[in-house]
Amino acid sequence: MNEIIGKIHGVAGPTVIASGMAGAKMNTICLVGNDGLLGEIIRIQESYATLQVYEDTGGLTVGEGVVSLARPLTVTLGPGLLTGIYDGIQRPLAVMKDAGADFIGKGIKAAALDRDKSWQFTPLKKAGDTVEPGEVLGTIPETARITHRVMAPPGVRGVIKEIKDEFVSGKEPVCVLEDGATVGLFQEWPVRVPRPFKEKLPPRTPFITGQRIFDTLLPAAEGGTAIVPGGFGTGKTIVEQTIAKFGRSDIVIYVGCGERGNEMTEILTDFPTLKDPETGMPLSLRTVIVVNTSNMPVAAREASIFTGVTIAEYFRDMGYNVAILADSISRWAEALREISSRLEEMPGEEGFPPYLSTQLGGFYERSGRVKCLGPDDRTGSVTIVSAVSPPGGDFSEPVTQSSLRFAGALWALDPDLAYRRHFPAVNWQASFSLYYPQLRDWFAREVSPELPDLRDRLFTLLQRQAELKEIIQIIGVEALQESDRLTLEVANLARDAFLKQSVFNETDAFNTYEKQYLMLKAIFSFHDNAEAALKRGVYIETIVDSPSRTRILRMRDIPNDGISKEAGELIEEIENELGATEEL
Amino acid sequence: MDLIVREYRTISYISGPLIFAEKITGGGLGEMCVITLPGGEKRTGQILQLKGDRAVIQVLEGTSGIDTDSAAVVPTGEVATVGVSKEMFGRVFNGLGAPIDGLPPIIPDKHMPVNGLPMNPVAREKPDFFIQTGISSIDGLNTLVRGQKLPIFSGAGLPANELALQVVRQSRVSEAADFCVILGAMGITSREAFFFRESLGETGAMERTIAFINEASDPTIERLFTPRIALTTAEYLAFEKGYHVMVVLTDMTAYCEALREIGSAREEIPGRRSYPGYMYTDLASLYERAGRLHERKGSITMMPILTMPDDDITHPIPDLTGYITEGQIVLSRALHRKGVYPPIDVMPCLSRLMNLGIGKGKTRDVHRALADNLYSAYARGADVRRLVTIVGEEGMTELDRKFLTFSEEFEKRFIGQGAGNRTIDETLDLGAELLSILPEREIAGVARKVK
Repeated sequence: MNEIIGKIHGVAGPTVIASGMAGAKMNTICLVGNDGLLGEIIRIQESYATLQVYEDTGGLTVGEGVVSLARPLTVTLGPGLLTGIYDGIQRPLAVMKDAGADFIGKGIKAAALDRDKSWQFTPLKKAGDTVEPGEVLGTIPETARITHRVMAPPGVRGVIKEIKDEFVSGKEPVCVLEDGATVGLFQEWPVRVPRPFKEKLPPRTPFITGQRIFDTLLPAAEGGTAIVPGGFGTGKTIVEQTIAKFGRSDIVIYVGCGERGNEMTEILTDFPTLKDPETGMPLSLRTVIVVNTSNMPVAAREASIFTGVTIAEYFRDMGYNVAILADSISRWAEALREISSRLEEMPGEEGFPPYLSTQLGGFYERSGRVKCLGPDDRTGSVTIVSAVSPPGGDFSEPVTQSSLRFAGALWALDPDLAYRRHFPAVNWQASFSLYYPQLRDWFAREVSPELPDLRDRLFTLLQRQAELKEIIQIIGVEALQESDRLTLEVANLARDAFLKQSVFNETDAFNTYEKQYLMLKAIFSFHDNAEAALKRGVYIETIVDSPSRTRILRMRDIPNDGISKEAGELIEEIENELGATEEL
Repeated sequence: MDLIVREYRTISYISGPLIFAEKITGGGLGEMCVITLPGGEKRTGQILQLKGDRAVIQVLEGTSGIDTDSAAVVPTGEVATVGVSKEMFGRVFNGLGAPIDGLPPIIPDKHMPVNGLPMNPVAREKPDFFIQTGISSIDGLNTLVRGQKLPIFSGAGLPANELALQVVRQSRVSEAADFCVILGAMGITSREAFFFRESLGETGAMERTIAFINEASDPTIERLFTPRIALTTAEYLAFEKGYHVMVVLTDMTAYCEALREIGSAREEIPGRRSYPGYMYTDLASLYERAGRLHERKGSITMMPILTMPDDDITHPIPDLTGYITEGQIVLSRALHRKGVYPPIDVMPCLSRLMNLGIGKGKTRDVHRALADNLYSAYARGADVRRLVTIVGEEGMTELDRKFLTFSEEFEKRFIGQGAGNRTIDETLDLGAELLSILPEREIAGVARKVK
């Protein structure tokens, strides 16, 4: 391969024009300038190539060299990814910090994974066995929690000649095939190319977040996509972080795309100490963090979500359920817009390039539950939950609207709820879940046959509440019929006891489906008994003041494992109390 | 280092604050240039864009008087830097860092590039040190912590500057001796400049204050440098000298307008309300300089002030700011008209880092619950108030009336504290006292446990 060496011809913001680049290929990377900054070719015009540069372009001078590396932007995949903290182009930030980089200067080079580190490898195959693409060759205990499955990369097929059987490092082959091909510990994969799989499978199981409003009312599916749009201060980041902490997935990839540094610090310092509620092990053992804060170079921000999703797909290929949390996709879109405007492309809506929607689709469609490559038909999934930050909180803008086309669940955040400190501030009327019809069976089978009906009843109750609120605006609450006032009171109870949830309260932060179901059951048991009492002539005030209402409000403080007993007692108490209230 | 000074008399195009110079070789992006006018006057320029041998240069002092024949461009080979030193305490500089207080220039300890570098997110220290500002709406409901960036969203004629100075003054009382203040003022009126200098002098805070003032009559482009110079100085004091620096930037709206002016002069494709599409990134490069670092003693806390055009919080300037900063303090015209000071509209206010700075050992363990209860109750009171105007007092339940009383008392006493300084204990006690107006059932028992 002939090296192509060009020269910088122009510099504008994060883009560089290089001359003398005839023969260079689109979307391949180059080293730019004397510091060797990483750049990707995004336009070619005769012998001129335009590059987006992943580092600060300040100080670049016309005439400095540009060397084409003739390969696309890739990420390194292999053991050691977990617990890692990377920037948008997979430079290891923790390693850089240990090398003294408190501030990120230019031209810092650092390998994403440590090639010298030796891993304990247990082979599952032996010499003479055949392998096919995606087949698991052996395992490595990557962290105390996750077993890394070393796979034959896509395209590798043959008969094993030699395979390692204990320690292996990134510098040597794990396995040599008869035809001389080798399989190493690490794979390089282009970030913009989805990793292959056998087939996509339909969503069948919910993506469990432990958050009542999501799991019960607006469930996302494993392998699905959920988007969380909201103006600033509505709690997008908290939702993303909550799911990163409590979401029931094997692996979590957290992409901080163009967001705040101090917020990332919270994740970085909390995750190594916070315990995963499922296994009791530190969360960091199942997490990879990709962070490109708002003041880090925009082009690397553009790359960050692709870096993240490629790592997610790699773990999916091992047969894991992976959640990728992208905060925020709008910052990615803005990076795209900024680069597009430097290229002087014809702008589309709000200045975003017309290909925004195509590119967004390319990202969201990398989610899914799949049958992985390899003979064992293991399945894995990538679930995407992405925050969207619409300017001025206006959902009609292009990034929200394009995301909506690909989203299976919409969790719309509402400033009015946030102002009231009602969190998660999800507007249940504006939100939807397209997965719910497919998940009803799972609800009935795995939780309780009653759950789908209770969930629908809650939905109807909330609708009715919205209608009644409009009526009150006109005639006042005192003028409502008693039965409507009761509906309103129960809806308020459901809102305060069930829809509101505090992630800062230890017992409330994660709720099992069982607890969610029993809470709903208690609320509607209250409703039924109260309605009967009302018919007997009991005053609404008496009902509202009943101690069982307060006890329902405090159900959140009951731990998941004690809920079955306590909820049973509570429901009995509701029946006794309201059933015993006599006509006055 | 070149020994030959290269001088280019190749200016081909002048428009607004920009000049185009041809045949420039070896100039780097962001490099500073000296532009020599025929009369010998020297101006400062910065290379914004390079294409072939043409450089686009923004002239900080403006282009009037520059011609294409005799004006010369001399690249300095250096990016924009500022000389910093502890001697800067008590001094007043212009927007480019030259003294304007009649005293001689400082002798810099070192020169630092004004653009700074992004902090490595891994090197950041979690901001969790409570700062007592003495203002109930902030301390009690939207707590400020060291290393946070918490802007004030103001409207024309609202007392944002007064509030910022009160915060600075009162924080100084509670903060340690290594606390200092840097003021970066962009496009402020001479009246405001006078107010700042006088107020800072009065409180005796000046010896721990550095002011960079670009007045409305000063060149627009200077405004793009003022906050960067202020923040570079802050980084020096915080991360090299161990000070806890509070940076007040005012008015970010003037800064953004300067950004728009340059954008349109460069014929860029405009974004929302014709502000440049990269304004988010540009603002982030300022705001994200707040923070703390592992193993370094100091911190940078930032309080930018901006004026919301027509009080519109969805305007791109407050909108993008709110997306970058860790919360916001919003001022309300309605409260101001009622005579409430500080007129903080607590509903849209937020401090994202509040939970890190409060709780047991820092303030009180019930702080969070108390704040949430005050918020919910005030929101409900506001609903009732709206309803009263439609259906009248008769349509109200007894409970509704209590909420109404609560929110009136809350506005009058909790928010409207006047110019006084309150300790966090006074703030929390008052909050609990106000909640006791409401029946216990409505506040889940929290208020009772406070004391």
